[in-house]
Amino acid sequence: MPEIASKSALHVRQLRKAYKDVVAVNGLDLDVQAGECFGLLGPNGAGKTTTVEICEGLTEPDSGQVEVLGRRWSSDAAQLRQRLGIQLQDTQLSEKLTVHETVRLFRSFFRQGADASEVIARVQLEEKQNSRVGDLSGGQKQRLALACALVGDPDFLFLDEPTTGLDPQARRQLWELIEKFKQSGRTILLTTHYMDEAERLCDRVAIMDHGKVIALGTPRELIALNCAEQMVEFTAGSVSHALDVPALRRIQGVREVRTENGSVLLQVTELHTSVPALLTELTRQNVPLTELRTHSATLEDVFVTLTGRHLRDE
Amino acid sequence: MSDNTVPDIRAGVRVKKSPRAYSIADHPLVQLTLVRFYEFVREPEALFWVFVFPILLAAGLGIAFRNRPPDVLRIAAVNPELAQPLRQEKLLEVQELTPEAAQEALRTGKVALLVTMGSSGSVEYRYDDTNPEGRAARLLADQAIQKAAGRVDPVDTSDRLMREVGSRYIDFLIPGLLGMNLMGSAIWSMGFAIVDARRKKLLKRLVASPMPRPYYLLSFLLSRILMLVVEVGVLVGFGALLFHVPVRGSLLDLAVLCLIASLSFSALGLLLASRARTIEAASGLMNIVMMPMWIASGVFFSSQKFPDMMQPIIKALPLTAVIDALRANMLQGSNLAQMAPQVGIISFWLVICFAMALKLFRWR
Repeated sequence: MPEIASKSALHVRQLRKAYKDVVAVNGLDLDVQAGECFGLLGPNGAGKTTTVEICEGLTEPDSGQVEVLGRRWSSDAAQLRQRLGIQLQDTQLSEKLTVHETVRLFRSFFRQGADASEVIARVQLEEKQNSRVGDLSGGQKQRLALACALVGDPDFLFLDEPTTGLDPQARRQLWELIEKFKQSGRTILLTTHYMDEAERLCDRVAIMDHGKVIALGTPRELIALNCAEQMVEFTAGSVSHALDVPALRRIQGVREVRTENGSVLLQVTELHTSVPALLTELTRQNVPLTELRTHSATLEDVFVTLTGRHLRDE
Repeated sequence: MSDNTVPDIRAGVRVKKSPRAYSIADHPLVQLTLVRFYEFVREPEALFWVFVFPILLAAGLGIAFRNRPPDVLRIAAVNPELAQPLRQEKLLEVQELTPEAAQEALRTGKVALLVTMGSSGSVEYRYDDTNPEGRAARLLADQAIQKAAGRVDPVDTSDRLMREVGSRYIDFLIPGLLGMNLMGSAIWSMGFAIVDARRKKLLKRLVASPMPRPYYLLSFLLSRILMLVVEVGVLVGFGALLFHVPVRGSLLDLAVLCLIASLSFSALGLLLASRARTIEAASGLMNIVMMPMWIASGVFFSSQKFPDMMQPIIKALPLTAVIDALRANMLQGSNLAQMAPQVGIISFWLVICFAMALKLFRWR
């Protein structure tokens, strides 16, 4: 087996996978460094799950190269399985079993790792230890799935949409658990279509669309590179006084103008020069301002800038 | 982990392997089997179908087909002088009716035979010769009339009645139900559990872990054997205690027979579940496979009732072989060597189904 770049935990080159008439992954390159939390961000159908399942050795790629922890699935599947922690998108664990029985079952497959009870404590399910899986809430089920992924004390953790469908409190609780695992220095590959999740958890993010990586970097880099730093959103004008949108482009510091659901979004480099200039312009056009908001640009804005679509459009 | 190519920046925080001693209960095969067992006993419906239902069925049929005194046949006579001698026969119940009423009673099946006096002193029997009761009634009635008229039989005869344990319907039924139960519980427990796990993507999750895949299938067979002891014990025990159904062959032979039967049906269940993604598809497939055997393999009535040309096919069905062998063991006391053809057929199905299942099986 050829030695590869020293610190790469995952090394993917020219990955391709098609299902019947849909190309799910289309020539994808990916490198995840050991010890980082790497996010695959993209809308549904972007090819995130297919990519992750190929990396997990569950799906055969049509072509391309995959090395996980310096090993290939074709020759080292058994050793690799011992070192990976995997959480799949919407797996339903057996409802008739208790939390402890479930974790103990998964523990029995691994040569190393902590006791079932210890792992259950780590995901804060001690009180539910003897409850049936069927009686758990959505958040508790996701934490149990995380426990089953952590039970072999993995070097590399794969999380496929870990918080989809959870309420905000359950999501925050899961984030804290993932952050704790991150602090222990292991590698994480996480897919999500929540930009706030990627911004909070991930050291680096690859934005995927139509089976390809369309942008790669730290969340701050991506925002700085693809958007101006600040977003200004306002509603103005009425039927009698229509807003002259093209005129807004001439305002100093405005990089892009977009209208959306009757409000206008401006990407600006500096709020303190652009906002007064905007107000002057509106006064000149004699249109009344009904609402004005500003926020720092997010990965969502990056995605919209790159594709013209929202992450959750589909 | 000495060949770890990833720099061990996390050595300091790695959770050390638990110092607790490794026990046999931590073996993946033991854990998988235990889990199968928990899932089964926590499913009240499954418990009902496997344990309670066969007993209810056996009890119900046992009561319906219990041995009764022979039926008395109802006949009608038009003339009083005929009714008199006919009443001498204990197995006939004679009604005197007007010709019209008698005709009506025969037509509607209230009586099996109508006896009338012909014009020249001869006796006429009117009955449906395709109805066994009609034919039996004619024989009894003719005998009674001829005897009363003075016939003497040239040969002396006597009757000795046999109502022996082992030849009753319940004796026939219990091995049949046992075979049916072995088939149903093996195919259902195997099929539904696997298809359900595939549908919930649990199979996929398991193969994403380092679980040794053959252990998963092996755990089904092991839990099946555990369940088998209870299943067979309950039904055979019920038959023996309540109806004195005999077990004349060796219990060891019976155990071996039940074991290979259950393994064979489990292999069939595995084959049926090897691809299906929904419970509906799986149960349709299972019913298509099991239905012909429920009907033709001799659970409730002898498979000999089917035409001769169908017999080779019926004999080759796994359930026919299982039930024939169970009856031979329990009722005739045959040993395994005498059941070699049946054991051969059961083993053939086991090997073929298992080989095909391994080839076709999909984990996702």
